[in-house]
Amino acid sequence: MEGTNSLRNDPDQRGHFGIYGGRFVAETLMPLILSVEQAYDAARVDPAFIAEFDYYMKDYVGRPSPLYLAQRLTEYFGGAKIYFKRDELNHTGAHKINNTLGQALIARRMGKTRIIAETGAGQHGVATATVCALFGLRCEVYMGATDIERQSPNVFRMKLLGATVRPVTSGTGTLKDAMNEALRDWVANVDDTYYLIGTVAGPHPYPAMVRDFQAVIGQEAREQILAAEGRLPDTLVACIGGGSNAMGLFHPFLDDAAVRMVGVEAAGRGIDTGAHCASLTAGQPGVLHGNRTYLLQDDDGQIFDGHSIAAGLDYPGVGPEHAHLRDCGRVDYVSVTDDEALAAFQLCAKLEGIIPALEPAHALAHVARIAPQLPADHVLVMNMCGRGDKDVFTVGHHLGIKL
Amino acid sequence: MAALPGAGADLIELGMPFTDPMADGPAIQASSLRALRAGQTVRRTLAMVSEFRRSDDQTPVILMGYYNPVYVYGVEAFVADARRAGVDGLIIVDLPPEEADELRLPAEAVGLDFIFLIAPTTDATRMPTVVAHARGFVYHVSIAGVTGTRSASLDDVERSVARIRTATDLPIAVGFGITTPEQAAAMARIGDAAVVGTALVKRVAEHLDAANQPMAGLVDAITTFVAQLAQGVRAGSRRESAA
Repeated sequence: MEGTNSLRNDPDQRGHFGIYGGRFVAETLMPLILSVEQAYDAARVDPAFIAEFDYYMKDYVGRPSPLYLAQRLTEYFGGAKIYFKRDELNHTGAHKINNTLGQALIARRMGKTRIIAETGAGQHGVATATVCALFGLRCEVYMGATDIERQSPNVFRMKLLGATVRPVTSGTGTLKDAMNEALRDWVANVDDTYYLIGTVAGPHPYPAMVRDFQAVIGQEAREQILAAEGRLPDTLVACIGGGSNAMGLFHPFLDDAAVRMVGVEAAGRGIDTGAHCASLTAGQPGVLHGNRTYLLQDDDGQIFDGHSIAAGLDYPGVGPEHAHLRDCGRVDYVSVTDDEALAAFQLCAKLEGIIPALEPAHALAHVARIAPQLPADHVLVMNMCGRGDKDVFTVGHHLGIKL
Repeated sequence: MAALPGAGADLIELGMPFTDPMADGPAIQASSLRALRAGQTVRRTLAMVSEFRRSDDQTPVILMGYYNPVYVYGVEAFVADARRAGVDGLIIVDLPPEEADELRLPAEAVGLDFIFLIAPTTDATRMPTVVAHARGFVYHVSIAGVTGTRSASLDDVERSVARIRTATDLPIAVGFGITTPEQAAAMARIGDAAVVGTALVKRVAEHLDAANQPMAGLVDAITTFVAQLAQGVRAGSRRESAA
C-alpha cells in the first residue's frame, strides 16, 4: 500500500511536500530543528516510546474516541449517512492533546525542561499546559494580547495548570505574532527549551511529526467504519485552520482513491470582504514560520491577519502538506462563512445534543450543503474535533444574547 | 543613506521590511512596521539603492531581510532588478544553506554575493555546510538570540571567530548586540567588521515625531553616531564597519 507512488510517503528527506514545507529558519535555529528531527526519528520506531504514547492516549486522553452515527442530522439532511469522529470527547475537549502529549514525550526524551508554545484561542495552550503539568515541565505560552482579552477563561485554565501566559503585543498581537515571539524565545533559550508547535505547520519535522501524532484519528476512524459499515467511507470532511485535525483524519486514507476528502476553511465575513482566513482558497504560495505554503498576503509578500469567528481557524497560513494535496488535487478545499458556521453550531446542538466547537461547526456547515444531494448509502465521516464549551460566549455575543 | 559613507560606514546593510521578522528584536520589528505603514515595498527599497548609486558607486550595499517578499517579487526578477539598482549582496535571514540554492544560484549568476550567517549554535559538523557556498563575507551572529537584545561576551566571540577562521578565509563580520563605539572596536579587533543595526534604528526612532515624520537633527544624530562607531572600529583596527 505504501509504494513509491504513495501520498503517504511525504515529506522527502528535507521535509518537502512537493514544493511546500522545508526549513526556512534562521541559522541559529537550524541545529535545534535538526535535533528535534533526530529525536523524533528515533522515537517513532522505538517500541518503548510507542507503548508510552499509547498508554497515555488510552488512560489519560480517553482514546479511542467513538465513531458516532449522527442519526437525527442524517434524517434532517435526508441524504448521506453522517458519522462523527468524536475527538471532542478527549481530555481537554479537542484533538489538540494528541499532539501535545506526543511532543511532550519527545521533549522529555531530549532532556528539555522548559516548554514554550503559541496559542490563538487558547486550546493548544491549554493542551500544552495540561501535558506540562502531567510531566512536571515548565510551561510558557505566548498569546496575542488581543486574544488574551477575548479568551479569558482559557487564560485562567492555563494559569491553573501552572503555565505562564506571555502576552504578545508585537506586530498585530495575534496568533501569527505569538508564533514569531515563540520562535524568538527559542532562539534565545536554545539549551533547555523545546518549542511545542500546535499544528501541522512550521519547519520540518513539525508538519510530519504533528500529523503522525494526529493520525490516530484516521487510524481509529478507519477501523471503526470498517466495523460499522464493512467498507471504507465515501467522503471525509474536516475543518482547516493550520490543518492538524484534518491531516490526522485524512492521512491514513490518502492512498484509498475512492475516498473523497474535503477540507473546510473559514470564509469569515466572506472571501470577497478580505476578512477571512481561507489561505488555500484565496491565498498565494509564500514562506512564513519556517515553511513554504499558501499564505494570506499582499503583492509585496507582506502577511495579512486572518479573520474568523472560530479563533482556532484564524491563522494566515496552512500546513504545507495541505498546500501540496491541494495542488495535486487529492483533497478538495472549500470555505464556509461565520454565519453558516453559526447556523450549523445551533443545528447540531438542537438535533444531536452535541455543542460543537465553532471550528468543526465549519465542517458541519459544509456537510449541510452536500449531504442532502447524496444518496442514502453514501457514508460520510466528519471530524468533530472539539467541543463548544469555549465558544458559548462568542456565540451568545453573535446572537445578541448577553450571558 | 547618502550621508553614511562620509560619516565612516564602509558598507551599508539596507533592511527590507517584513511583517513577521522572526529573528529581530523589538527595535527592528517596530522599524519594519513603521516602514511598511509608510508604504515601503521591495520595489521602493531597490529604488533607494538606485538613488544612492547616483552619488556613490563605491560603498558596497547589502540588502538584508526575509525570504517571502523576495519570493513573491519573483526570484529571477528580484536578482536582476537588485543588480541593476547597484546592490552587491544579499543576507536573507530565513534561508539557511539547506534552502538557499533557489535564491543563491540565481543571485550568483548575476554577480550578487549571497552571504551566510553563522550562529553560536552552528557546530563543527554543520560549519562546512554553511561556509561551502559562502561569498563576500560571513556574518557571525554573535549571540543566540534576536537582534539588539543583548551583547555577546568578548571571550565567546573570540572563540567563535577562531572556530570560523579554521573553516573559511572569507572576512568575518560580527553583529547582533553591538551598541557602542567601544563594543564595535572590540568586535572589529576580533573579526574583520562590526555590524550595527538596532542601535542606529533606535536613534532614528528617537528623532521621529508622533506622526513618524523625521524631526530636526535626525541625519546629524545618525552621522555623528556612525562617525563614532567608525572611529572606534579603525582604532580597534582590522577593517570596516557596516551600518
